[in-house]
Amino acid sequence: MEPIIILNREDIRRTLGRMAHEIIETNKNLSKIIMIGMRTRGVPLANRLAAYIKAYEEARIPVGVLDFSLYRDDLGSRDLQPAVKSTSIPSGIDGKVVILVDDVLFTGRSARAAMDALIDLGRPSAIKLAVLVDRGHRELPIRADYVGKNIPSSKDEEVQVKLSETDNLDEVSIYKNSEAGKCL
Amino acid sequence: MTENSLNENQGIEAVSWNRKHLLDIDDFSTSEFDLVMKTADVMKDVLSRPIKKVPALRGKTIGTLFYEPSTRTRSSFELAAKNLSADVVNLAASSSSIAKGENLIDTVHTLEAVGVDVLIMRHPIAGASHLAARYAKSSIINAGDGAHAHPTQALLDMYTILKHKPCIQGLKIVILGDSRHSRVARSNIWGFTAMGASVTLCGPRSLLPVGLTGQHAVYSNIKLETDISLALDGADVVMALRMQKERQSAGLIPDIREYVAQFRLTSERLAAARPDVVVMHPGPVNEDIEISSEVASGPHSVINEQVSNGLAVRMAVLYLITGGNKE
Repeated sequence: MEPIIILNREDIRRTLGRMAHEIIETNKNLSKIIMIGMRTRGVPLANRLAAYIKAYEEARIPVGVLDFSLYRDDLGSRDLQPAVKSTSIPSGIDGKVVILVDDVLFTGRSARAAMDALIDLGRPSAIKLAVLVDRGHRELPIRADYVGKNIPSSKDEEVQVKLSETDNLDEVSIYKNSEAGKCL
Repeated sequence: MTENSLNENQGIEAVSWNRKHLLDIDDFSTSEFDLVMKTADVMKDVLSRPIKKVPALRGKTIGTLFYEPSTRTRSSFELAAKNLSADVVNLAASSSSIAKGENLIDTVHTLEAVGVDVLIMRHPIAGASHLAARYAKSSIINAGDGAHAHPTQALLDMYTILKHKPCIQGLKIVILGDSRHSRVARSNIWGFTAMGASVTLCGPRSLLPVGLTGQHAVYSNIKLETDISLALDGADVVMALRMQKERQSAGLIPDIREYVAQFRLTSERLAAARPDVVVMHPGPVNEDIEISSEVASGPHSVINEQVSNGLAVRMAVLYLITGGNKE
């Protein structure tokens, strides 16, 4: 099946702009916010959201990078270990409102791992979750606080987020995964 | 693989590591070295945090099986395993059924029967861990086999150098002392030359290895030198080896005092090296035999760093080796 484009470059720009406004609206004290991108594509999204907030409100939001590979719950069952990358959080997260940013919210397992990783780094006053796409099929009781776009999907479909920083192109698409359902 | 895990794999960059065992690094590619170094950087970051523990190896059991005494290697592996949330069982040959005559392969099978996933092994005989790996279902990590190999020591030495030098390629690295009996030297030679350094082995002729000369390209980067001032001239890294008194019964050196007079690493001799020279020692140090205490604790010494980096490197190795079901 050919991929169907759900969001193009302009759509992504407007969606992130709207999410930035929602973040401003629901957080009275912007100086307490720290934006943390979940590797890989959460990182450019966190940077963009912080840039929009700066443009709208003149507030400089620190942006960090979180690699949660060591906290995944499927490490023992994978064929190859995920490559671990660095985590860098610009300042302490104690007492801060951490907004975790990811591209796609699916089973919720990545968000769970990311929260565990964060809590080992300190005690934020709150953790919120911002995702560009929520495609459903949660396996854990997790929901996002800021959602760019809800994309109802079937489990044998794949939602692909491409961002110019990582893929030289801004685009969200959905396609049938021809491999899915096969007995491997 | 289920449909679900397939979807979950989307967008996750996997490592290119297909080793079930870590027995030697003589066949490592530069990208494998690179992967260990990068993974160790992340582990070092974990070690700098208030909570120095991650759940990556939860549910895994790691055994240490040591037929030779060891302080730093065994405790370093044990802590590495614990920092990754694995369970650890320690077996020393002197206090186990090995003392009753149980052979190596039976011991390995016994440990596997109680659920060991990774076995870290040290043995006085070269090739012992290769033998164990042939019969083992678990992963074997060689923590030293006779005078043959000590791969994690070489990896941590490489990692420590990279914390002080931009790259290994082009460095002049001097390994000083009894390189003939040293598994540390042997593993380091493969690692350093694979990364493009030139290695000078310095010591009395009787303590220099044989068989490291020939037509093969790797040998062109290995030099043997019996004159310490020539060896140290312009060196970027000097690694003094421990004088292994337990392996000196063959009478390869006439007298330890003669060795000290000719080959001890002193600050006067070190002056011939580059001003930014890095001084290393795999430990334990025989102070004032192979290295003067002044140099061992001097400004060029990274000996303590080697020990703390060893923890990060061993965490990296354990993480990489426990992935999936490799055959």
